[in-house]
Amino acid sequence: MAPIGVDEWVARSGDRRERHGGWRGGFARVDERLGWWPRLLLVGVAAFVYGEFIANGNINFAQTGFNVVLYALLALGLNIVVGWAGLLDLGYIAFFGAGAYVYAMFSSHAFGNLAAGTGGVILPAVASIPIAVVGVAVLGLLIGLVALRLSGDYLAIVTLFVGQAFAEAVNSVAPSTLGGANGLFGLNNFQVGNAMIGSTIGYYWFAVIALLVLMALLHLLDTSRTGRAWRAVRDDPLAAEAMSIPVNRVKVMAFTFGAAVAALAGTVFAAQQSSVFSTNFSANTLILIYACLVLGGAGSISGAVLGGVVVTVAQQLLTSPLDSAYLFYGVLIIALVARVRPWRHLAAVVAGIIAFGLATRAIVGAISARAVAGSPGSAGWFAHALKHFVIVPSGSPLTYGNVLYIVAIVMLVVVVQLKGVRRLIAVVPTVYIGMCCWEARLTLDPGITAQIMIGAILIVTMAARPQGLLGSRRVEVV
Amino acid sequence: MAPLLELERVSLAFGGLRALHELDLHVNEHEIVSVIGPNGAGKSTVFNVVTGIYQPAGDIRFDGERLIGRSPHAITRLGLARTFQSLRLFLNMTVRENVTAATYGWTHATPLESMLRLPRARREAREVEARAQEVLGFFGQRLQGYRFDQPAYSLSYANRRRLEIARAMATGARMLLLDEPAAGMNPNETHEITELIGRLRDERGYTILVIEHDMHVVEGISDRVVALDHGEKLTEGTFHEVANHPQVIEAYLGRNPEALQK
Repeated sequence: MAPIGVDEWVARSGDRRERHGGWRGGFARVDERLGWWPRLLLVGVAAFVYGEFIANGNINFAQTGFNVVLYALLALGLNIVVGWAGLLDLGYIAFFGAGAYVYAMFSSHAFGNLAAGTGGVILPAVASIPIAVVGVAVLGLLIGLVALRLSGDYLAIVTLFVGQAFAEAVNSVAPSTLGGANGLFGLNNFQVGNAMIGSTIGYYWFAVIALLVLMALLHLLDTSRTGRAWRAVRDDPLAAEAMSIPVNRVKVMAFTFGAAVAALAGTVFAAQQSSVFSTNFSANTLILIYACLVLGGAGSISGAVLGGVVVTVAQQLLTSPLDSAYLFYGVLIIALVARVRPWRHLAAVVAGIIAFGLATRAIVGAISARAVAGSPGSAGWFAHALKHFVIVPSGSPLTYGNVLYIVAIVMLVVVVQLKGVRRLIAVVPTVYIGMCCWEARLTLDPGITAQIMIGAILIVTMAARPQGLLGSRRVEVV
Repeated sequence: MAPLLELERVSLAFGGLRALHELDLHVNEHEIVSVIGPNGAGKSTVFNVVTGIYQPAGDIRFDGERLIGRSPHAITRLGLARTFQSLRLFLNMTVRENVTAATYGWTHATPLESMLRLPRARREAREVEARAQEVLGFFGQRLQGYRFDQPAYSLSYANRRRLEIARAMATGARMLLLDEPAAGMNPNETHEITELIGRLRDERGYTILVIEHDMHVVEGISDRVVALDHGEKLTEGTFHEVANHPQVIEAYLGRNPEALQK
């Protein structure tokens, strides 16, 4: 209860600060005080430092950097439609794809003889990028006009079809021009005058500059009448209409702007990859873009960018056995440290896990030597450290791993339901089985594991901070 | 002098239900007119047809312009803004943003101008900010200071009602339609809102059409009272004329049992 005479909001935010002492409170305070332009500077400095770091480094780091910025761009565009205007657009991927394909058509032999690799319309980037962005913006406008009649779930379903239709269309319509399932390849690089961007690092810098400029422009737009109109329409379309905001026009504008940003990202993507395939624009990519936005905080520009960083880096780490082990055990340790308090409980739980693990393995080893003969799936020193701790049968049979996976999930559900000491006790076998499952099964299929892990990260973040990392709290109806 | 708002033979039916039937109503400039009537009498429907949410038969004119067929945002731009009975603030926006969002109708900077902060966008941003200060300032201490940057959902119920009025003022309207401004308020707040509505007319020159159930408020503010029931006008006149009109009493309390026996 707030003391009498204290405004409820002030009282509640006071509460928040008291509750979240330590690093969480500190983070919240810094986040609150940091102005918007210093944030942009921070992003710029971070991008610059990383750019210098990859200048002489290995190509994978450059590719990761580029992907981070690409997803940040895509999340920024999606943020206009979903975060600001509140339109659940599941066809967003079509705009990304359309941008990439339009660029590809004007930078390859698409209009000439594709098989022979001759002819066609090849334009410089200064012409093809604007054509792609404006053309796709018009497409966004048309789809927006159709979508006006729909809202909420209906809009989501219809736009989902649009996204799927795009991939089908480029596969089967005009294969002589769009390349069908073989895609378009051998695209020209960005060329401005005599300067040509010919490397991933070059595209990284191009994308970083695009991102920073776009962040600044979108921030200015967000604080203008258009940005306010979008958010008003999201909160209450009827009231917005009654307050002199032309709701339909404003919604179509959001679609158009979102499509234009996605198209820009598409052109950079196509040029960097030097090819486009319809499979690049699948629902998987769409889900990743949504993950960036939701994780970072829908409605927040810096949130969208941070989401892009977290999701892309996590995905990249999960493709390497050693890095994914760092990520898995890192998240495990952070979760334990953050959730198990005070430290005496934490020490007991950790000791419990070690004791339980060693004991279980000794018992299973005594019954059957083959049951513990396999080696952990993690690479590097993790494998050595865990060799005599986790239970991995020789040859890592899939059934064992699958059963373990289901058991781990069931135990996790049980842990969440329990309270107090029982929960602490239940955590011990759950963590151990989770570790065994990771080593015996999850590391074998990094592609699927990456998605499971990103899903897990999303669930944990949403439980702790429903508004996303940098989003602000929202209410639906009070 | 021609009335500012004029409804002529306005009818609206939902299927077989007659929500409004041949309703005539007018509001003169600088006048405060109250609409009363039992639940379901069609009071809010009057607001909805005037603001363009429903398209009725008949004729509605505001300052000589026909309103029927125009969309709600276009009607608001003509100078006619409303509040909602069930509060409809932009809850996740700040108090300031709720008010500044309502200036969309009289600002014209395109997105490009806003993104590049071209002269027109900058000038309009200053005007919008000044309007927000002025409109929120009208409510005195209630909506002042640190509350400007709070989200609207954090406001108390009475402050939400005040913010709705402030938002309607920010559209640049000449006439306000207030839908039960005193609903859910305690006696002190009700008294305050009565004064406030008077000040809106006296200090700011607004013309006001108000729906209200609280008879103290109606008595306190109205130049004229219009009583509705079943979508038709029962009577109109001063508060005392209307309040003592037999049909009005019957609509609120039911028929006199003695009269039934006759």
